[in-house]
Amino acid sequence: MTDSTVTSMNTPNPATAAASGLPPPTRFSFWRWMWSDKRAMVSLAYIAVLVAAAVLAPFIAPYAPNQQDLMNMLAPPSTEHWLGTDDLGRDTLSRLMHGSYNALYAAGLAVGIGVIIGVPMGVFIGFVGGWVDEAGSRIIDGVLAFPPIVLAVAVTGALGIGLTNAMIAVGFAFAPVLARTMRAQTLVVKNALYVEAATGFGASRLHLIIRHIIPNAIQPVIVEITLMLAVALLAEAGLSFLSLGVQPPESSWGGMLARAYHYVEVAPEQMYAPGFAILFTALAFNTLGESIRVLLDPTVKKN
Amino acid sequence: MNGIPGMIARRLIQLVPVMIVATFVVFSLVYLMPGDPAVTIAGDYATEERVEEIRRIYGFDRPMLVQYFAWLGNVAIGDLGRSLFSNESVLTLILARLPHTILLVVYALIVGALIGVPLGILAATRQGTTLDKVITSVASLGVAIPNFWLGIILVTMFSLNYRWFPATGATSFFEDPVKALYFATLPAIALSTGVVAVLARQVRSALLEVLGSQYIRTLRAKGLSSGAILWKHGLRNVAATMLTIAGLQVNRLFSSAVIVEAVFAIPGVGNLISYSALNKDFPVVQGVALVLVLVVILTNLLVDVLNSIFDPRVAATT
Repeated sequence: MTDSTVTSMNTPNPATAAASGLPPPTRFSFWRWMWSDKRAMVSLAYIAVLVAAAVLAPFIAPYAPNQQDLMNMLAPPSTEHWLGTDDLGRDTLSRLMHGSYNALYAAGLAVGIGVIIGVPMGVFIGFVGGWVDEAGSRIIDGVLAFPPIVLAVAVTGALGIGLTNAMIAVGFAFAPVLARTMRAQTLVVKNALYVEAATGFGASRLHLIIRHIIPNAIQPVIVEITLMLAVALLAEAGLSFLSLGVQPPESSWGGMLARAYHYVEVAPEQMYAPGFAILFTALAFNTLGESIRVLLDPTVKKN
Repeated sequence: MNGIPGMIARRLIQLVPVMIVATFVVFSLVYLMPGDPAVTIAGDYATEERVEEIRRIYGFDRPMLVQYFAWLGNVAIGDLGRSLFSNESVLTLILARLPHTILLVVYALIVGALIGVPLGILAATRQGTTLDKVITSVASLGVAIPNFWLGIILVTMFSLNYRWFPATGATSFFEDPVKALYFATLPAIALSTGVVAVLARQVRSALLEVLGSQYIRTLRAKGLSSGAILWKHGLRNVAATMLTIAGLQVNRLFSSAVIVEAVFAIPGVGNLISYSALNKDFPVVQGVALVLVLVVILTNLLVDVLNSIFDPRVAATT
């Protein structure tokens, strides 16, 4: 947003608002948003609890993630082990909490890589235009054709197995999606009147990009980023399920599911907790993304 | 050139740079390998001659672009190298497994359409009701549920508990199509959730748009029944939506298929690439990535062409 709109939002002017027939603009209030959008509130609260569990796991988890209780292997939920134990007698709840760290780290890493590559690239090719845009768009199309997990598996096959390698590859697959959105937005914004005005006042290209283009073009990307966190989370779970992501004995939700599946006939209840953890977290990011979409663009109706 | 042939020609020309980028990404994977790639590719017990031979075949002593085009030349004649373990031709390995993966993906698309489209129609024709809200919520679950977890649940319920379906394995579609479909049913359902969700949403909004449009209102005013309007006019637009979504989803389906194949022990290319990545069989990994990205690009071309046949406006504008 430009400076002028921000000031007008801070001090609503009833006269102009009435003249334009719009309700008087109000300053964005986080708490009012939370109150008016219960889904966003629940999702954000869930994510906050998850982040807390991930960070505080070493202090609040009932057991160490790799501590074995050899008298209680594949045990059902009990007062001692709230969610039971796995085939090595490790506490499922504790591993779930430690696994949430890897899940969030992986999602953040992949989306971060996607943003770092995709956003500048999209702005650059959209702003410069011409053959740069043409070439950049073809590169976007080419990378976009890769199924993200296939690319991630291929990169781990070359670079070596590990969560970080796999998620960098997923981020690389995300980059063209963000670049495409950012490019399209840049094309719209760069022809806007206020950008022309700034150019007229002698603003440099860098100033234009940082002060005007990026702040005004970034909104759809914020929505996309939130939705991508869910995709990245699912990718991490899947890759760890294939033992191409988080390596044992470190805990991950996908890896827990792989072990649970192995012993599904002995202890079927072990497959529920990690699965629901993945499902709820992906659902929370998706719901939050949709809520942000509605918040940023009031013309989009809910549902 | 105009019309559909012109559109196909333009698409094919646009495809060349996309193909170059995609193949270059696959090619450059070799540079990610730590150490001397020739030594890595040759495997642990390779002789010095074998390493030299690989260095010569891949041309690691030449400039990168020269290497790329040399590699591309080999790819063009179907030479994707040999597996480090079985020494089998990578292309042979892939071609033997690709039908399983394609069957799974196509089957998942069909299952997704069979569930997603009716859900979308129901939601649109009963807009605002509880049913509409339930369907919208189901769609949200569909994009958030891990496919492989659903696969595990399906195996536990329908294979281990009820023994209705086999838990794992696959049969060749060419030898016994019925049995192949029977084996692929649970995996296809597990894989289809994303398609169900996206189709239900898109069909709903596409239908709502059509049903709210001026010409439908005119038809209604002329006395055409709701059912006739829905079948004759509403669903024509749905066909185009389905095609576009199939094109967009094919990439995600191959992504998830890699993991779903592991759950059901399906001997497809997804299992091949993850097994080969675990065992550092680089030529196979590279070959599968190449074949899958080409399959995705060609599928999108096919979708574009079909779309322009169904809707001539598309051919005119692209």
